[in-house]
Amino acid sequence: MKISRRIVLHFPWRLVDRPLVYRLIKDYDLEFNILKASVTPGEEGLMVLELKGKQEDYDKGIEYLTKTGVRIQSLSQNVLRNEERCTHCGACLAICPTDAFELDPKTRLTTFDNTKCLACGLCIKGCPPRAMELHF
Amino acid sequence: MAKTIEEINQKIKKGEAVVVTAEEIIDLVKERGEKKAAEDVDVVTTGTFSPMCSSGAYLNIGHTSPRIKLGGGRTYLNDVPAYTGVAAMDIYIGATALPDDDPRNRIYPGEFNYGGGHVIEELVAGKDVRLVATSYGTDCYPRRRLETWINIKDINQAVLFNMRNAYQNYNVAVNLSDKLIHTYLGILKPNLGNANYSSAGQLSPLLNDPYYKTIGIGTRIFLGGGEGFVAWQGTQHNPSALRSENGVPRRSAGTLSVIGDLKQMDPRWLVGTSILGYGTTLTVGIGVPIPILSEEILHYTTVTDNDIFAPVIDYSEAFPQMKPDVLCEVSYGELKSGKITVKGRKVPTASMSSYSRAVEIATTLKEWILAGKFLLTKPVSPLPGVESGIILKPLKERPIEE
Repeated sequence: MKISRRIVLHFPWRLVDRPLVYRLIKDYDLEFNILKASVTPGEEGLMVLELKGKQEDYDKGIEYLTKTGVRIQSLSQNVLRNEERCTHCGACLAICPTDAFELDPKTRLTTFDNTKCLACGLCIKGCPPRAMELHF
Repeated sequence: MAKTIEEINQKIKKGEAVVVTAEEIIDLVKERGEKKAAEDVDVVTTGTFSPMCSSGAYLNIGHTSPRIKLGGGRTYLNDVPAYTGVAAMDIYIGATALPDDDPRNRIYPGEFNYGGGHVIEELVAGKDVRLVATSYGTDCYPRRRLETWINIKDINQAVLFNMRNAYQNYNVAVNLSDKLIHTYLGILKPNLGNANYSSAGQLSPLLNDPYYKTIGIGTRIFLGGGEGFVAWQGTQHNPSALRSENGVPRRSAGTLSVIGDLKQMDPRWLVGTSILGYGTTLTVGIGVPIPILSEEILHYTTVTDNDIFAPVIDYSEAFPQMKPDVLCEVSYGELKSGKITVKGRKVPTASMSSYSRAVEIATTLKEWILAGKFLLTKPVSPLPGVESGIILKPLKERPIEE
């Protein structure tokens, strides 16, 4: 059974010039989709990846990345809603390209499903009370 | 059986008043019928929670030693300019005021992370606010510069005074152009990508009293989490707007000017707001109680989202160019279903106004009344109605020739 995970990779500068993603495909048979990347030689790199493959391959791939010194976070932890600031107006519904926000027809509360979130960041500035926060 | 406000207040004091929200009244009338419901119910509470730009607060910060005259000088609160064109220590901070060094839309779309609305939220939250003022010095007010922290609990007065709130109905915004646009009704995707609206619909105060039969000058209301009053009709009050047979306006119509002591308000109900590419504002919570004095007044409160229609307007061309074109009309029932049909296309909807918070306001007001903490008021004077003939006029520009 194939699984799909969205993860955030932080590279120390010494790893920026190594073909890590290439190894993930070649050695661990993982499909990938780069959602966001900011890799500058000589500085820390950051990449948001969607990885797809068999659970055991995925686990081995992650183990490989960790051993090389890449710090990994799962993406769902990175776009967070500040529940104190959210007014549940629903302006985000029009903004999100992946429909991660929905309006509960009963309670009229705006729900946020961060497993659908691609961390594109559009909702961050589009939210009127600025309740959406991007944490890397 | 007609009731009076005095009779209702007696019941409130004895803890015997029957109070329901403008949402609850709909089902109650279906069960009991209007005649019985008008006898049984004393008060219907309404609510709305939405960005309202014509909002602000005036403050009197207390005299300094030696004295300084802020009036006629420049005063900033957390770098946001306040209006000083009044007496020595009075200032007014408006919701849309921006720091002088905010880039606005020079880097488009501007982010507008902090402005007057945020200053008001921080004041209400009890946070210290940095005041920096310069003035010109007079014989009686010699000082020219002041830099100090102020806090709402220390200053003499802090009064929320909003010129126009609680719009009775509002436009639905769409974008017919092929470019993304940023408006005060939010981000509008090209080619009818989405439709944004901003009204609590069946819970909204003036939509439940369409002819202003109970809401008038002096009406005590829920304002910003505390108590406030209707001060006047709001600016752009337009009772002559197109109405349905049920009396409910089909266009933006009546408005309220409201006032209340900021010191007893709550930042949960006065939220500093940033509209991408547009500016800052204040999201204001307002709830108005409607005394059920007659069957007719009750009837108006039973209005549902399906009975209220709003105009769909193109914000890429018709709105900015002041063209009267209305693409179509849709009900709030359709808007809240998540999709409307415009020009034969299904368009997803989004709201700038929080319906769940509007419910919370109407429910809170209901609880205050049930607990005997909030009495109803008879208006000192009514708001101008349809008979006033007041219409909303555009500016007739007259070129200045020297």
